[in-house]
Amino acid sequence: MNTTIFSYDWSYLLPEFTVLGFATLVSLLDLFLGKRISKTALAWIALLGVVLAGVFVVGNMQALTEPIQYMNDMMRVDDYGNAFKLLFLTGVAFTILISMGYMQQGEVKDTGEYYYLILSGLLGAMVMASSADLITLFVGLELLSLSSYILVGLRKKSLNSNEAAFKYVVSGSLATAFTLFGMSYVYGLTGTTNLYQITERLAEAYSTGFGFMVLLSFVFLIAGLAFKISAAPNHMWAPDVYQGAPTPIASFLTVVSKAAGFALILRVLFTAYRGVMDQQMQASVFEELLWFISIIAAISMIIGNTMAMRQTNIKRMMAYSGIAQAGYLLVPFAAISQFFFQQTVFYLFAYLLASFGAFAIIMVVTQDQKTEDLKAFAGLYHRAPLTAVAMTIFMLSLAGLPVSAGFFGKFFIIWSSILHANYWLAGIMIGTSIISYYYYFGVIRQMYMRTGDTEAKLRLPIGVGVVVLVCSLGTLVFGAVPDWGIQFIQAQLDPNFTFADMFTPGK
Amino acid sequence: MVNNFLLSLLTFSPLLAILIIAFIPKTQGGAIKQVGILGTLLPLVLSLMLFGRFDYQQGGMQFVEDVPWISIPVTLMQDGSLFSITIDYEMGVDGISMPLILLTAIIGTLAAVASWNIKKRLKEFFILFHVLLLGMFGVFATQNLFLFFIFFELTLIPMYFLVGIWGYGERERAANSFLVYNGLGSAVMLLAFIAIFFLAGNVLGTPTMNIAELTAGFTQPESLLNLAQNEGLRVGLFVALLIAFGIKLPIFPFHTWMLKVHVQAPPSIVMIHSGILLKMGAYGLLRLGIGFFPSVAADWAMWLAILGLINILYGAVLAFVQKDLKMVLAYSSISHMGIVLLGFAAMNSIGFQGAYFQVISHGFISALMFFLIGVIWERTNSSTISELGGLAKPMPFISGIFLAAAMASLGLPGMSGFISEFLAFLGLFNAMPWLAAIGTLGIILTAVYLLRAVLATTFGPTQERFHSVSDAQPLEVIPMVVLLGFIILLGIYPAILSDPLQATLKTIIINVTGIGG
Repeated sequence: MNTTIFSYDWSYLLPEFTVLGFATLVSLLDLFLGKRISKTALAWIALLGVVLAGVFVVGNMQALTEPIQYMNDMMRVDDYGNAFKLLFLTGVAFTILISMGYMQQGEVKDTGEYYYLILSGLLGAMVMASSADLITLFVGLELLSLSSYILVGLRKKSLNSNEAAFKYVVSGSLATAFTLFGMSYVYGLTGTTNLYQITERLAEAYSTGFGFMVLLSFVFLIAGLAFKISAAPNHMWAPDVYQGAPTPIASFLTVVSKAAGFALILRVLFTAYRGVMDQQMQASVFEELLWFISIIAAISMIIGNTMAMRQTNIKRMMAYSGIAQAGYLLVPFAAISQFFFQQTVFYLFAYLLASFGAFAIIMVVTQDQKTEDLKAFAGLYHRAPLTAVAMTIFMLSLAGLPVSAGFFGKFFIIWSSILHANYWLAGIMIGTSIISYYYYFGVIRQMYMRTGDTEAKLRLPIGVGVVVLVCSLGTLVFGAVPDWGIQFIQAQLDPNFTFADMFTPGK
Repeated sequence: MVNNFLLSLLTFSPLLAILIIAFIPKTQGGAIKQVGILGTLLPLVLSLMLFGRFDYQQGGMQFVEDVPWISIPVTLMQDGSLFSITIDYEMGVDGISMPLILLTAIIGTLAAVASWNIKKRLKEFFILFHVLLLGMFGVFATQNLFLFFIFFELTLIPMYFLVGIWGYGERERAANSFLVYNGLGSAVMLLAFIAIFFLAGNVLGTPTMNIAELTAGFTQPESLLNLAQNEGLRVGLFVALLIAFGIKLPIFPFHTWMLKVHVQAPPSIVMIHSGILLKMGAYGLLRLGIGFFPSVAADWAMWLAILGLINILYGAVLAFVQKDLKMVLAYSSISHMGIVLLGFAAMNSIGFQGAYFQVISHGFISALMFFLIGVIWERTNSSTISELGGLAKPMPFISGIFLAAAMASLGLPGMSGFISEFLAFLGLFNAMPWLAAIGTLGIILTAVYLLRAVLATTFGPTQERFHSVSDAQPLEVIPMVVLLGFIILLGIYPAILSDPLQATLKTIIINVTGIGG
């Protein structure tokens, strides 16, 4: 019991420290050098921080043999968190690369704020993936949320952006209140914020007559957290916010913020509620609770896909598409398989590649055409053939057609749904996927089959070009040889890693 | 030695043309066309090699290739190792698929020639054309359900563009309709395939997607699947496959997309669509639907026959009242695909042969018909029957071939259409004489609507504006003569097709009837 704060090996938290350090550095440079430092220099510094943190995460993955925990699981470094961190870092690196092109337009004046807020948001996301304590998790969640609120409103002169930021703050606060309310029930029932202790005591509470309270806390938690992943019923903010936010930030929200939400939901719900058993019925209440999630998944898929069909604004369309994608990602929750973690991360990775690629192109095209209408894409094929082909790849991947990473992402999910006899959800997933062909092919139709007002060549800025190239190659390669992706995830994990590892306390 | 990878070579041979075309500048339309057409000769030569090396006596798979491809971790074993399922890259052909590959290669080449008059965006056209070709070869050459699905989907995307960009006036609606219906079919197919895969895990002990292994395992009389309590499962999967391939074939209520594609797509693409893509439905139904669940198919034979009858009569009656030549032929295709269903419904060797002959024969005939319509459109800018007329005078050769094609289609002895219809009805007479009798009505109607359409366009007084149109050019003569040649060859020497077919069909028949021999 004599552990002091210095007796931990803090080197495993290097990724977080790096991001924190660079966020501070960027803010100080911005403060003291002001106009004397160029916008691109700040971007490169931020990017360097992200890459460095990525290197440390990979190093951690190699070195880690068993989970490392700090201060009674306040912070926890394990394979689960590292896999997610890698995902966040890739996403943020892409965001920064796209942002370099975006800044040239000059709509966002506060470049310094922009980059260090992205980094602080990233730090929040990383904390959300690497803690087993409600308080730390909540702090991470808030750090990410607060950074995002500001980032959304950074186009200060734009009415849309202001409206988006306002809506985001209000509905975000509401969701936070829900989450906190749920957490307070959990704390009230168990008297602890440590997830592993909660696991035991929540089961105890359930069997000693507090069953209703346990269920209530679950409903509040999931309703609040649905906000972060933009799943129904807390999805309404997404279209407005995506439309108003700077495009790179929209892509940040659609991937990084959503993935962080998933990391948190997985960790909390699956650890805390796993042990809840109904003594009389001798049945696991946890599986009943998962039913609740599958209903959310079904509603998200249906709402997202049907509403997306009616959009004429490309960013709003992508927002609804993102709601649908959140629904797909929730499908495996209904029946947890051993392969659950790999397939979720693979899907998130495929989604990351397709979304960032698509948003990068959307940004360039909408800036060029001064409109976010779908018609901005008209005749894109004649203006920039390779860009149009790349966009086609991203749309096919999002729609889940072969040969693309998105196809295998969906295939794995449908696969295990059927394996677990979860036919109705697999059916809805396939049915709504077909509906989604309509609007994804709507973009393709514009690019190839319509003529725009201009035939002028469209060039991608260098940063955007890199993102588009990497994303399209990645989508194709993981679409042809998905094994590489799965094996990579598998190889990074501890050989003894099982999904259940997450539930067991560290040493 | 080449046999070890001949199929892969053949399937991916269109990639060569794609690669070359990709590097030709857009402005050099002539060069792109030449490469686009010459590029189809490579798969043609390879498929002729396949035809030459094929062993007729052997009933099973030949030219087999098997390489591990994807492994999906499923569960964690007790000892901590990961148990994975592997999906292999498996290729192989038997007597059913080999002729279809040859058909694909032949029609592919001729359709490329017919694409000579494509005017806009040549580069994209020929790239997509070869992707489509690749997908079709893959569907017929693969021995793995998962690959089958991927190749099946791979034909979907280029077709969408080919119809949507190069079609006639209503092209985009046709492309959307195509996408939605076929997307639905593919979705049902994917669900069925995954279910079959897990079923194989229970029935065979190891989950597999190899078609031959599945067929062998599912049709064992003592297998778990054939227990009485699994009746629902068998029927459910069979119906799922029937819907998935019925949309493609198309079977009656699912046919609307096919009409739109036939009318709106450019002629060369309709040649491929009507000549090969529809046949993927028949192939899938025979190989997977009937192949996996022969007992269910035998129980459902009556329904198959009724569906076939509906197709035949519905198609024929509606073909009779159409004003547009393309619509006549589109409905005629529906009618002819009904005969395929009738042949399947017979559930005997003769009926299956008839159905299969109809698949190949209709492939040639409809490709020829739609090629001719393209040629006529080029000259007259019309395919409306009432606007045409008396074309025999300015273009006697084209009109002659047109009449010959119609004769083949309505089943004139000596041409391929006769053999197939004769065999299909003969087979069905053995099984269900009454339905077969009603079905023969369709043959009479076929004669009526086809002769009406052909005579109204070629005979009668020639309109003023058609006096100066020219007859067929040399480049147009080649496809006509080649296709007609194959139609007559199949008609007078059917053994060329039935010989490779015999050994393979025999195994299916044994499974269906449940008796050896």
